Amino acid sequence: MNDSQSLLPPNRKVATALAPLQLSGEHHLCPGCGHPVAWRLLLEAISELHLENKAIGVVGHGCYTNIVQLADIDFLQCLHGRAPAVATGVKRVHPDAAVFTLQGDGDVASEGLAEILHTAARGERITAIMLNNGVFGDTGGQMTAASVVGQRTKTSLDGREPEAHGYPVPVADLIASLPGAAYVARGAVHNAGSIAKTKRYVKKAFEIAAQGDGFTFVEVLTMCPTGWFLPTADGPDYLEGTFEKTFPLGVLKGG
Amino acid sequence: MAARLLQGSDAVAQAAIAAGCRFFSGYPMLPFTDLLESMARRMAAAGGVCMNAETEIEAVNMTLGAAAAGARSATGSCGQGIALMQEAIAEAALNEVPFVVFNMARGQQDYFQATRGGGWGDYRTICLAPKDVVEAVEHTQLLFHLADQYRSPVMMYGDYLISHTYMSVEVDPIDFGPLPPKDWALDGSRGGTGRSRQIWTWAMGKANDPGPGPDLHWQRIAEKFDGVARLEQRWESKWCDDAETVIVSFGTAAPFVEQVVGELRDDGVRVGTFRPISLWPFPEKPLAEACASASRVLVFEVNAGQMIDDVRLAVAGRAPVTPLGRVSIDFSGMRQGEILTVPWIRDRVRQVIREVTV
Ligand SMILES: Cc1ncc(C[n+]2csc(CCOP(=O)(O)OP(=O)(O)O)c2C)c(N)n1
Ligand code: SF4
Ligand SMILES: [Mg+2]
Repeated sequence: MNDSQSLLPPNRKVATALAPLQLSGEHHLCPGCGHPVAWRLLLEAISELHLENKAIGVVGHGCYTNIVQLADIDFLQCLHGRAPAVATGVKRVHPDAAVFTLQGDGDVASEGLAEILHTAARGERITAIMLNNGVFGDTGGQMTAASVVGQRTKTSLDGREPEAHGYPVPVADLIASLPGAAYVARGAVHNAGSIAKTKRYVKKAFEIAAQGDGFTFVEVLTMCPTGWFLPTADGPDYLEGTFEKTFPLGVLKGG
Repeated sequence: MAARLLQGSDAVAQAAIAAGCRFFSGYPMLPFTDLLESMARRMAAAGGVCMNAETEIEAVNMTLGAAAAGARSATGSCGQGIALMQEAIAEAALNEVPFVVFNMARGQQDYFQATRGGGWGDYRTICLAPKDVVEAVEHTQLLFHLADQYRSPVMMYGDYLISHTYMSVEVDPIDFGPLPPKDWALDGSRGGTGRSRQIWTWAMGKANDPGPGPDLHWQRIAEKFDGVARLEQRWESKWCDDAETVIVSFGTAAPFVEQVVGELRDDGVRVGTFRPISLWPFPEKPLAEACASASRVLVFEVNAGQMIDDVRLAVAGRAPVTPLGRVSIDFSGMRQGEILTVPWIRDRVRQVIREVTV
């Protein structure tokens, strides 16, 4: 280093745009989608816990499936709804691996409710993550079992009405009631505070699963402006004003 | 190891473990239940895992997960339970995860289900139908080998007689030769190295190492099955060289037919017998050759006529193909009913030979 250089201000280290373990920043998700935020906090959690060389992701069918291409982790992509059963097989073969599932609300609450509940009841030592945007995002905005009352979708045109469509399934609460579940939390990704909290939930879940205490579950409320038929920028407000009322944030069990 | 008298299900369980099976998952349904129970008794001592899954859908998906993680894995069921598994069997064929499905069927009415499947996409399932417990023990071990060799789910077509008959068998490990390494299996160890793995039916690959995508991937798998269809046909035939009549049958029905054919030959009737051992790939050309001198082909199956479609395709109009069997299930719904006896088959064959000759 010569004298003239030493007079310059030190190089500021600016955070790189890519999350740890992320191979590419290119994806096909919509502007304003909450899923990529959830991917990032998940990858940061795995990296900060130094789990990258023992993590195996078991992924469902939805817009978030793209992570299988984007993250430098072993991934197994599953049939719609079946990821918890598949993860059970993986975990029983590799008990020391950090096996996690990534699914949407359609994957968990609609198609795969049996799988998630049985896996929780068995106390499988995995971390299950449900990205809940209350809609089948990938198929273009139809009602799931987690769509909230009043929510307009392509199959509940005037809003979800209990009389016609019943009520949303509070998956996290059901899981929390099962003795096999050691840790259950519900976070969101609509502002910086909730993102930071959700990352802590995910890390806690991985830690508790690694200790062998039982099944761990983190529900993450994510924005889907496309499937909510809202302007991109309105996603966070709708999440806070509508989804949070039905699915209150916080730790439901353990931790 | 010396031969021991074992119930079929227990013999199959022991053979699976001898073949290195270390993960098994199932849901009770007779006559498959006994295999699940045997696995539950034996797996822990072998250092493996046996799961009493909560549904057949979960059983097969657990098995898929265990197999994707590199373990020799198996599941099983019958009829409706196999129907529930078809989605995942097809998926495993298309994402190339090998495991064995023990289909302890309720009779022979599930031939279509076993050979055509009900899953999605251009896939096939190797399916072996043992004639007895001794053969089931060998097939069990062979199936694990074939699954790994072709990286694909494979099936045994057993039934009540395979599951419940006691026979004297040896269950020593059988060496079928070397296999490719399972370097595709997931263990998580390569994360963060730029060489992490992926198992995905769409074969999209990673951003730093793109895969072929579904079009090329599925076309390659279809071509793999073309190869399997050529290479893995198994069959047994007897007395076909001079036969005017060839009787085709599969699985546990075949020994009954063979007994009848032996008796008829003693009476001077020029009749032969052909048994496809692999239901898929169906031994099409061998059957056509076995029927070369025949003026009629008869098909004995304990159902309303399913394998007969494959027989007709093989015979390709060179001789009339006539069904001998029919639906015949006993009151329990599990066992073949009244037609699976030597006298019934003998009378029926004589009757049909007379009719077809006239
Ligand atoms: C058995 C089956 N049924 C339906 C589908 C079609 N499908 C693909 S993705 C999807 C919706 C996923 O919704 P969700 O899990 O909430 O994920 P999101 O796209 O909203 O993130 C559906 C229904 C499928 N792939 N498989
Ligand atoms: S449809 Fe919804 S969940 Fe899917 S990418 Fe677009 S915003 Fe995200
Ligand atoms: Mg959704």
